[in-house]
Order: sequence, then structure tokens, then C-alpha cells
Amino acid sequence: MTPTYYLLLSALLFSIGTVGVLVRRNAIVVFMCIELMLNAVNLSLVTFARVNGGLDGQVMAFFVMVVAAAEVVVGLAIIMSIFRARRSSSVDDANLLKY
Amino acid sequence: MTLQTIPITVPPVAYYAISPLLVVLGAACLGVLVEAFLPRHQRWAAQVTLTLLTLVVAGALLGAYASSGAPAATTLSGSLSVDRPTLFMWGTLLAFGLVGVLLIADRSVEPGGAFITDAEGVASGTHAEGVASGTDAGRAAGAASAGGISRAASRVGAGSATSGTSRAGVAVAAPPAGPIPAGTPRNRATAGRAGMRTEVLPLTLFALGGMMSFCAANDLLTMFVALEVLSLPLYLLCGLARRRRLLSQEAAVKYFLLGAFASAFFLYGLALLYGYAGSVKLADISSAAAASQRSDTLLFAGLALLVVGLLFKGSVAPFHTWTPDVYQGAPTSVTAFMAAATKVAAFGAILRVLTIGFGSTRWEWRGVLWAVAIVSMVIGAVIGLTQTDIKRMLAYSSVAHAGFLLVGAIAITQRGLSGTMFYLLTYGFSTIAAFGVVSLVRDADGEATQLSQWAGLAKRSPLVAGVMTFLLLSLAGIPLTSGFTGKFAIFSAAIADGMAPLVVVALIASAVAAFFYLRVIVLMYFSEPSVEGPTVSVPGAFTTAAVTVGVLITLLLGVAPTMALSWAGAGPFVG
Repeated sequence: MTPTYYLLLSALLFSIGTVGVLVRRNAIVVFMCIELMLNAVNLSLVTFARVNGGLDGQVMAFFVMVVAAAEVVVGLAIIMSIFRARRSSSVDDANLLKY
Repeated sequence: MTLQTIPITVPPVAYYAISPLLVVLGAACLGVLVEAFLPRHQRWAAQVTLTLLTLVVAGALLGAYASSGAPAATTLSGSLSVDRPTLFMWGTLLAFGLVGVLLIADRSVEPGGAFITDAEGVASGTHAEGVASGTDAGRAAGAASAGGISRAASRVGAGSATSGTSRAGVAVAAPPAGPIPAGTPRNRATAGRAGMRTEVLPLTLFALGGMMSFCAANDLLTMFVALEVLSLPLYLLCGLARRRRLLSQEAAVKYFLLGAFASAFFLYGLALLYGYAGSVKLADISSAAAASQRSDTLLFAGLALLVVGLLFKGSVAPFHTWTPDVYQGAPTSVTAFMAAATKVAAFGAILRVLTIGFGSTRWEWRGVLWAVAIVSMVIGAVIGLTQTDIKRMLAYSSVAHAGFLLVGAIAITQRGLSGTMFYLLTYGFSTIAAFGVVSLVRDADGEATQLSQWAGLAKRSPLVAGVMTFLLLSLAGIPLTSGFTGKFAIFSAAIADGMAPLVVVALIASAVAAFFYLRVIVLMYFSEPSVEGPTVSVPGAFTTAAVTVGVLITLLLGVAPTMALSWAGAGPFVG
């Protein structure tokens, strides 16, 4: 087993997530891209745990999952509230604050 | 087949050392229970008492522990480090928490505070929001009703006719009957009775607990969890305002999406450093950097990503883009708390990571952070010049101050450490008090944050103008204020560490930044007030106390900084 491939896959997923955050316009999709980035990191953590021969990385992946779940709760609540007020979840429509 | 049992040794916990943290987080949980089980009319008094009591008790425990002379130690199997810098930052955070909670809990400046519950207040709130900023609000209202959705239409219909027109984009100067404009006698009369959504107080405590563990965290995983514990309540607090709700919600969404994006970078940095060092403890990373055979790419890529996440929280340019929007959109009391306390937490973590984890490799990364500090000071000072909204101006001022703080943080010396922590203390109190004053200057539509509305304020209210002048002079770094002693501490530490060119840039940036503070002062004193200008609300006891404390400490640290400086320099980080 070559860990390099897993690390490359993880970097690729992380990059896809980053690009998604930067180019997508729907707040929910942006948020999903952030979740993709977090899960890409999980893959890295588990791979490095295997390379280092310890369990730390795998335990950390669980921590990340729990934190991501908490983030979903808060994030969706905020996106819902702005959707109720504006009937739109596009990040381009939220443009009252500038300059 | 037999199961192998591995004996688990329970790590010792220094309960006394971490008692302030436990008290704050425990009281936050208790606050949630209070919110769930107490009848609505008792909640405000109960929550405020609980929160203030918590902060005082935590402060007393901290003081008792600090003066007991206990040696600096790590606890919880090395994940939290309770050393002198940690104790100083905990004290700073608790003080900011106390002042911030006073501002957040105040219900007298506007009825019910920023987080009002009742329908009447909300109606006046939507109105204020509609008139908030002429064309922009009009466009938003247009977007809301252009959808042709019956819900939006019925919501407008439910308000009064005036409210309806204002939502359609017609700026109404003086609203007739219907929603009560803030600041009128009738409005004042209801001030004491209006309800407040008290869940903001437990949320503040959770954020404070997260900040305290963030700047004490001795391994990256604890730091990541603490980062989220401090961020998630702040995202919510930003979006909870009931007046100017669209602005507030927009600030929350922006802060949330960008904050989650930045914490993903932090996490990837953590993973790479784990791959490099085989551990996420800062001390292990440091020793691995000295001995490891692995590629340095992992180490420095990991450091870069990690630092991006941290600099984002500290609102250092070029990772500052959220700062002006969030500072402007969030309720002013929340902005005050956030501006002061988040900076302490973020720079506490930056200092610890750079000192313990990467002190041995400082010559490799310091050039990059030089550049970041210069960019931050220049962007903060120059773009701050062009601002027309006082909350946005203070936000850019915070970006410039983050650059100054970074100058102190990258001098990895004891003087740099104590100077940076002292600067955090001085900057925080000036900023909290300045935002407190901003929340007092109001017109019929709520807070008057446009700079043009501040013209001639000294003629209406010499006291408020005088206080604001003093705070702005402190932010500019004029002698006899804490801003001067803070800047002096940082810049002298940086020069001692051989960063004279950076200090020259910093001095130029402070001179440029001083210009936009002085512009506000000139505007307040030497302009004629407009006829329909804002009035200055008479603050209630809480806001008065908060602003007074901020001003007094700003003066005290400017005149007699020795004691606080010696506390800040009491000891090094322990990894």
C-alpha cells in the first residue's frame, strides 16, 4: 500500500472543495464544499495514522466529524434564517454590507 | 482467542488551575438550562445575574490561583498549558467578557436591547431596517417582494402602511404613528418592560470558554476544538439582532462561511503537521523539526495552512475580508465583545504556536510574516481612510492594529510576548468602550453610524464627544493613553529583536491611521450639527459602567502601565 496515493487524493478533494467555495454561489453548496474540505482532511489524518503506526490520527478524524456535525447545526440555522428573510440563499444576493 | 487488555492510566487533572475555565463552561451549560426551564419574565434577571456572577467567580479563582505562586504546568495529559501568559490572557478575557456582557445585557439604550423579543419592538425594528441605508435596503426589499412570495407580502402587510412604503425603498425621514421610533418618550417608557432574547448570554459564555481554552491549548487538536467552540457561538451572536435584521443575518452568513473555510485550512495544516511529526503536541512538533528526516515541505506547508486559519481569526490582512462586514452588521454590543476578545484568543494562540511549536525554525518563516504584518498595517490604515461608516472604520482600525500585534508576535522574545499581551489588553478596553459609545449615538432609525451624522456631536453632547475623542486618541497611540504605552512596548521589543525596518513601516502606518481617527474628532468638534442629526441616548447603568471601565483603564494603562506590564512579562510559555 502506498500512502502517497491517499494523500494525493486527499489533496485533490481539498482543492476541489476550495475551488467550490470560491466559485459556487449558493450558500448551501458553498457549505457542502467546506464539508468536503473537512472530509478530505479526515482522509489525510487516517493515512498519516497508518504511516506513523499510531491511532491518534483516526481518533482525530472522529473529533473532526463531531465538530463538523456541530458546524452543520449552526450553519444551516444561519442559512435558514437568511433564506426566510430574503427567499434566497445565494451569497451574491446578500450584498447590503460593502465599502 | 483472548482479548488483550491494555491498562489505561487516568491522566491527572489540575482542577484548581483550570477552575476558571470549568466555571465559565459550566455556567454556560447552566444558562442553557435556565433558558429552557425558567418562565420568560424571570429570564433576563436570572441570566444576567448568573453570567456576571460567573465572570466574577472565575476571576476570583484565577486571581487566587495566580497569587498562590503555583508553578506553570500542563494538565489534562499535556493538552492545556496553564502558565503565566495563559493566566494573563484568561484575566484579560474575563475582563473583556464582563464589560462585553454589560453592553450586551443593556436594555435601556434601545427598548429590549438589540435582542428584543416582543412583536411591537420588532415592528419598529423592521422599520429601522428598511430606512437603514437608503438604496441598499430598498434593493433588498425589492428582492424580497420581487419573488412574489405571499409570505413576504403578508409580512409587509402585517406592519403598518408606513412600514410598507419604507420597505419598498422610499426613505421616510420621520415616521408617523405605528412602529415606535427609537428614542421617543413613548419608546423610552417601554424600555424597561420589553423582553430580551436572553440566550445571547449563555452563548457569550460558551464563546468566552472557547477563547480561554484556545489561548491555553498546548496541542493542535485541542486548539481546533477550542477554535470551533469559540467561533460557533460568535456566528450565532452576529445574526441575532432583531433591528436591522438583514444586515445582521448577512454578517452572520459571511462570518460563518468564511470562518468555516478558514478553519478547514487550519485543520489541513494540523493534518500535515501530524504527518510530519507524528504528534500534534506543539513541543513534539518543535523537537521533530530539529531531528526529523521527513520532508520539510510537510512542515512548512502545514505551518502555512495553520497560520492562515489563525490569522483569519485575528483579522490580519490579507485574511481580513470578513472583518468590516461583520463588525458593521453585527449588533454593536456583540461587535464590541468580539473585537476585543477574539483578538486576545487569536493572538494568544498565534504566540503560543510560533513560540513553542516553531521557535526553532523561526528564520525560515519570519520573512513571510514580516510581509503579512506590513500588508495588514498598510491595508488597515489606507482603506480605513476612505470609510464613511464608523463601525467599518473601527473594523479597518482593528485590521491595522492586528498588523501591529503581529509585529510584536513575530519577535519571538520574552519582551515581544509581554508587549503583545499588554497591547491586547490596551487595545481591547479602548475598542470595547469605543463601540459602547457608538451604540449611544442614535437617531429615529436606530444607531447613527454614518460619519456624516456625527458632525457637530460635541455641541449636542460634550461628554460623549469627549469620551470618544479620548478613546480615538488612544487607538491612534497618543501619549497619556494606553495606546501609546502599548505601541511603545511592542515597537521597542521589535527593535530589540532587530526588526527596525518593520517598526519604521509600523510608525508610518500609525501616522496614517491617526489621520482617520483625527478626522472623526475634527468632525465632532468643528462641524455644524445638522438639524435632523442624531441624539445621544442617556445610557443605562450597564452601558455607563462598561464605557467608564473602558475609559478608566485606558487612562490608567496610559499613565501607570508598570504593573500590567510586569504581569504580562511574568513568565514564558510552557510547552
